[in-house]
Amino acid sequence: MESLQNSMREIVRNLLTEHKIDLAIGYEKGTLPLRTSPCFVTKEGEIQKLVWNSCCDLDLTKYLFKPENQNKKIGIIVKGCDARALTVCIAEKQIERNKTFIIGMPCLGIIDKKKVEAAVAPKEILEVKVIDDQIIVKGKDFERTLSKKDYLQTSCLACRYNNPPIYDALVGGKPLELPSEIDWDKIIAEFEAKSPEERWAYFSELLKDCIKCYACRNACPLCYCKECFVDQTQPQWVGKTTDISDIMFYHIVRAFHVAGRCTGCGACTRACPMNIDLRLLSKKLEKIIKDRYNLEAGLNPEEPPAMGAHKAEDPQEFITEGH
Amino acid sequence: MTTAEEHPKPEEEKTWEPKILAFLCNWCSYAGADLAGISRIQYPPNIRIVRVPCSGRVNPFYLIKSLQAGWDGVLVSGCHPGDCHYISGNLVARRRFAIIKDILEFMGIAPGRLNFSWVSAAEGEKFSKVVKEVVEKVKKLGPNKKLVKE
Repeated sequence: MESLQNSMREIVRNLLTEHKIDLAIGYEKGTLPLRTSPCFVTKEGEIQKLVWNSCCDLDLTKYLFKPENQNKKIGIIVKGCDARALTVCIAEKQIERNKTFIIGMPCLGIIDKKKVEAAVAPKEILEVKVIDDQIIVKGKDFERTLSKKDYLQTSCLACRYNNPPIYDALVGGKPLELPSEIDWDKIIAEFEAKSPEERWAYFSELLKDCIKCYACRNACPLCYCKECFVDQTQPQWVGKTTDISDIMFYHIVRAFHVAGRCTGCGACTRACPMNIDLRLLSKKLEKIIKDRYNLEAGLNPEEPPAMGAHKAEDPQEFITEGH
Repeated sequence: MTTAEEHPKPEEEKTWEPKILAFLCNWCSYAGADLAGISRIQYPPNIRIVRVPCSGRVNPFYLIKSLQAGWDGVLVSGCHPGDCHYISGNLVARRRFAIIKDILEFMGIAPGRLNFSWVSAAEGEKFSKVVKEVVEKVKKLGPNKKLVKE
């Protein structure tokens, strides 16, 4: 991990000193254990702040859209899932490829803070060290060693791209293998075998806690619209109440808007203050696009996004023929 | 695909008629409906028509909003693929409809609530058949309860 971090700093140092980039966006140590914060490096002296560890969960793509970062050459540090989101943004012509220097990092598997906290609850975590595949959690008069593989983000457990599919510089050599433990196809098939009433009941129950804070939208690297449909007032599409109908409306349209773009990074689920797990829906979206159009988001920046393209031979088995 | 809960009670069943909102494209399906009218072809009076310039004009918002407003079913109809007045509006729409339908069905909205069809300006007969089929389907499903905002 140390060597990866040093190689990363070295790449950023070279880029900055050779004036290939104006700004590097990476991670720095957070103010709380198991946290990292985004870090913006413009000078050589600040490079030491950059870190790389198993808590670098944020997707930094979001910062490329900030008005102050326009017209700058930016080096951005990405994991596999971040790179896929970035690829979607490039394919959608929202980010200029030649102004972005992508520094790919091999993902170490991101630790789920909530899972670790639950493991030692109600005690407070004061210090965390990650050594290889062990997490050493320290607090006031306790110390525990946890196996990292049991405390990874759920989205990491089904990860197939922990190395970035696109990059300008790749740190580290051999890709780290993560276990793909969750078989989403099976979970989705089982869910679809239920009756519509059961499925509706599942989603009503899942979403009933939603407080419509829109954190899932804000965290999503692909929600870059300057004005989101939820903020529109003329016409006001989404009711502002927490009536289940309004909540459903929001989640259906949000799902629709990320269809064919969502890479299943899990940022929405991570951001949710009410611990709503939206992954079943986002995995289903991935499957719909794969089954219908044989497309997978975020792998090829040249390929138009699924919902921005069409073919004469697209499947249309759902059309009413009126016999 | 429905349960007793969604079905209307026997006494209501006799009188209940579904209300279906139909988005018809100006160039084909609206003209098809017009042809059905001037040819005196009978079809159930359960649909209310909104004329849109193209099936590609139909934002999926409209479909969900219709269900939220209490419509029992929605029908979107446009030109046959390849015949779009705007070359490819209906092809764009086809992908959108496929996705929104898949999402809604996955979440538990019964498949018959959202309906899509291609009806040309010469297919008055087909238009009446499509409407019959859609009304039939929605009648079986009963009144729309899910998603409706009280």
